[in-house]
Amino acid sequence: MAILSKKDTNLILDPLADNNPITIQVLGICSALAITAELQASVVMALSVIFVLGVGNVVISLMRNIIPSKIRIIVQLVVIATLVIIVDQVLKAFAYELSKTLSVFVGLIITNCIIMGRFEAFALGNNVWRSFLDGIGNALGYGVILIAVGFFRELLGSGTLFGIKVFGDPVTKTGLYATGYENNGFMIIPPAALIVVGIIIWIQRSKNRALIEEN
Amino acid sequence: MALNTEKNVYTVLFAALMVIAVGSVLAFVASGLSEKIRENERFEKQQNILYAMGVNENANEGSVNFVPTTEVEAEFQKYITEQWIINGEQRTQNQEAYLIDLKKEIAAAKKGQVPRLPVFIGEKDGQKYHILPMYGKGLWDAIWGFISVDENMVVQGVYFDHKAETPGLGANIKQRYFMDDFIGESLMDGSRYTGVSVAKGNNDPLNQRKEDNAVDALAGATITGNGVSAMIRESVNLYKDYLETIREN
Repeated sequence: MAILSKKDTNLILDPLADNNPITIQVLGICSALAITAELQASVVMALSVIFVLGVGNVVISLMRNIIPSKIRIIVQLVVIATLVIIVDQVLKAFAYELSKTLSVFVGLIITNCIIMGRFEAFALGNNVWRSFLDGIGNALGYGVILIAVGFFRELLGSGTLFGIKVFGDPVTKTGLYATGYENNGFMIIPPAALIVVGIIIWIQRSKNRALIEEN
Repeated sequence: MALNTEKNVYTVLFAALMVIAVGSVLAFVASGLSEKIRENERFEKQQNILYAMGVNENANEGSVNFVPTTEVEAEFQKYITEQWIINGEQRTQNQEAYLIDLKKEIAAAKKGQVPRLPVFIGEKDGQKYHILPMYGKGLWDAIWGFISVDENMVVQGVYFDHKAETPGLGANIKQRYFMDDFIGESLMDGSRYTGVSVAKGNNDPLNQRKEDNAVDALAGATITGNGVSAMIRESVNLYKDYLETIREN
């Protein structure tokens, strides 16, 4: 017997492609614009969201029968904020360098609409294991797009990946820059992220025509 | 289990219990980790101060590597020979001067009180470094750092850090290529203290001219760059009297 049933596998795989939180549901766009100028920041953000959404979905699912529906949004916010603060404090104590990179994103994780969206749409009505898989799946779907956008923006905008120069030195004109190539400064400003996300959405829908809305 | 979660009493009780539970968890975590966090912050400050005077483990081009945290305390003792607190006219040596929070002192100075300004004197290979802390504002949040000068008011090294500047743009102030540009620039223009400003379009991207009191700006980070210029100017202003006493020409 497989560890995951087919239904469970779909919980993880669907958000990666045909039900992607960014490209299909168009959630979490704000952080996709704000922090994808560098690949490293995208990766750190993706990992933090995987943790917060995975654990958060479990906590909400455990409490799903006792949360008063009138204040469920507040309860969800409290759970997210608590998790984020604990992560931040633990990192500050044991991985100080990493916590400095992460500190920028703490506020962004709390406001990330994907997290509240999954709490509200899934964890409140499903058991713990399925909620956990759903959380991991959606966070992965979010992370994949974030990393793809970060890859193109850092490569084309700064000519680097993870801060390593891949095209040569733009100031002393070595490598690719000797042929007259220039970094595209437009790629490092936020609107470029919208265009990159737009192109990803375009490619995805032209591959799978069932995703195109009719009107 | 038949639990009526719609009742107001239940809602209020749930909220109250949740706040107590979450509050205690967070308080427990914070108090358990606070000592370790404070120690990390102390080490970081020592690393930053040493970095500004050129004591670091930078290996290849572009890397920014500090003295490792396990050795930083010993290295700090070794290289930083004196720590002073300047309190108006009064100057006292204090081994814990580096723990002073410059943000509070600048706020005090703005309220008309006399700030306690720390200065660190370092010695490496027979050369003396005067290291001043800096604190200012970037685009989103605080920026800070340290700057070391010699007796001729020539910058020997800087270290910048920031709380929340944009990755890839303003956050690049802590990149090696930006910080290294400051080395060799003078804080003075003739007999005036001008600091070093971050300038756009100064036609000197390789930073070969060292007498222009300016370094090349970062593309897409104008406001952070202006913040760095203002921060250096403010620090130089605060420490003007001290700099005047150590200046040799």
